[in-house]
Amino acid sequence: MAKKVALLQGNTACAFGALYAGCNFFGGYPITPSTEVAEVLSEELPKIGGKFIQMEDEIAAMASVIGASLTGQKALTATSGPGVSLKQELIGYACIAEVPCVIINVMRGGPSTGMPTGPGQSDVQQAKWGTHGDHAAIALVPASVQEIFSETVRAFNLAEKYRMPVQVLYDEIVGHMRERIEFPEPGELEVINRTEPTVSPEDYKPFDPSFGDVPPLAAFGSDYRFHVTGLNKAADGFPTTKANLVDDEQRRQIRKVDGNQPDIELNEEYLTEDAEVIIFAYGSTSRSARYAVNELRKEGIKVGLFRPITLWPFPEKRVAELAKQAKAIIVPELNLGQMILEVERVAKGTCNIVGINRVDGEPINPGQIIDQVKEVK
Amino acid sequence: MAQRYEIRFSGAGGQGLITAGIILAEAASINEGKHAVQSQSYGPEARGGASKSEVIISDEPIDYPKATVVDACLAMTQESADKYANGIKPGGVLLIDADFVKTVPAGEFKVVKIPIMRTAKEEVGREIVANVVALGAMIALTDVVSREAGLKAVLAKVPEAFLDLNEKAYSVGFEKVKEALDA
Repeated sequence: MAKKVALLQGNTACAFGALYAGCNFFGGYPITPSTEVAEVLSEELPKIGGKFIQMEDEIAAMASVIGASLTGQKALTATSGPGVSLKQELIGYACIAEVPCVIINVMRGGPSTGMPTGPGQSDVQQAKWGTHGDHAAIALVPASVQEIFSETVRAFNLAEKYRMPVQVLYDEIVGHMRERIEFPEPGELEVINRTEPTVSPEDYKPFDPSFGDVPPLAAFGSDYRFHVTGLNKAADGFPTTKANLVDDEQRRQIRKVDGNQPDIELNEEYLTEDAEVIIFAYGSTSRSARYAVNELRKEGIKVGLFRPITLWPFPEKRVAELAKQAKAIIVPELNLGQMILEVERVAKGTCNIVGINRVDGEPINPGQIIDQVKEVK
Repeated sequence: MAQRYEIRFSGAGGQGLITAGIILAEAASINEGKHAVQSQSYGPEARGGASKSEVIISDEPIDYPKATVVDACLAMTQESADKYANGIKPGGVLLIDADFVKTVPAGEFKVVKIPIMRTAKEEVGREIVANVVALGAMIALTDVVSREAGLKAVLAKVPEAFLDLNEKAYSVGFEKVKEALDA
């Protein structure tokens, strides 16, 4: 049978991707340019017995998502940069308490209110370092309407599998444009649910490392009762200041991501094999870059595109290899130079690295990239 | 068809031109299996004044999702003509509402003039379907999707009570352009 197809906005595809993944709770506070995610889920969630709550503010929305997840629901919130700033305290809480949840950030400019209706990519370092303290981070950066659907599903999978918050970041351009989408059939994309405890409620410890780096998570409201806190805690969930336990716990949380990077990392490469110039680009900017690659190849210029779809953890190994292969890496971003810092860190001076930056609310157009490639080659 | 074909619909906010763009993108991507990307004015610029909707259609996957130099442009008002009827490819085409765009932008493109609003009101019966008249006209003018694919997308979009009205609007717009081109 032919697949169901539709012409959808990126934000609408995000909402349907969440539903495909089994999302049954949304708590949010409307903000441009992400509002359509909430709008669609406010119509769709009640139809499947899910819950939609418009909270009084951004941090309360994050609290509702953490609470819902702890009761065993698959919970989502959607916002933009200013909202992510307001959520940071509780994003950190979700990290340390190891609560699976998904945060959509449809990026506009900033800081503060910035330009609400303009696109931006200036929250990409915030996705890693926004909340204080050492913590692991996963952030996904889809570049098309179809990919927003599939990456939202993958965000839920990673959140559930690794018991942690996962962010999906895309900019206003991809969030609002319409493209054709083919809806995957049920079962076509993998859907992962968290591991639940098999021990008896009396023996259950919510952070028991003997079950591995991702201990099973019971649902509040079931027979399992446990303590949740933002303090460093022992296996039973109660606060501890014992040096070895605190150290073990912090390192285990980082290891969940660092130790599983091959499972989490996802990149796309386009004509990189013989490339002397590599463009490192993500989100809508990667589409301008791909256009530029096609134009430049017509002139015989050996240029290729490396497009991270998982932005955090950073694809260190592959970028280091490409830095050795290439004369130059060009990093176009709708910010004043954020991911270029990671590229530079990983390249360790092995090639020339040049940024193209734009923060005037307009996209980086292919011509800008073409000119820069010709300059460095 | 060309690898990448870009169309801009512009007019006053509320004239339904964003909807016209969405219908064209649906005709191309759902009914004809091509690739299409639609985007539109957003934010303060979308409120009142001039508004635009852009559609890119291609046989190949579309990389850059914004218009570069458009192949075809529609301007329903003088303000939208002044603001958006620029960046038209040499050899491209501009369709204007003859009653409202008095100062025609100059350039190396063909200009086709049709009284779109008046046609909607007098020949179709309702001004509100001017966007569908314009859509029929743009499809006739550009041949970017087939007449049938365009009509199918129109009928899939509008409420059942207005199917006949919209079908008529689409056909009248399409025929007007054919007449203008033959003249």
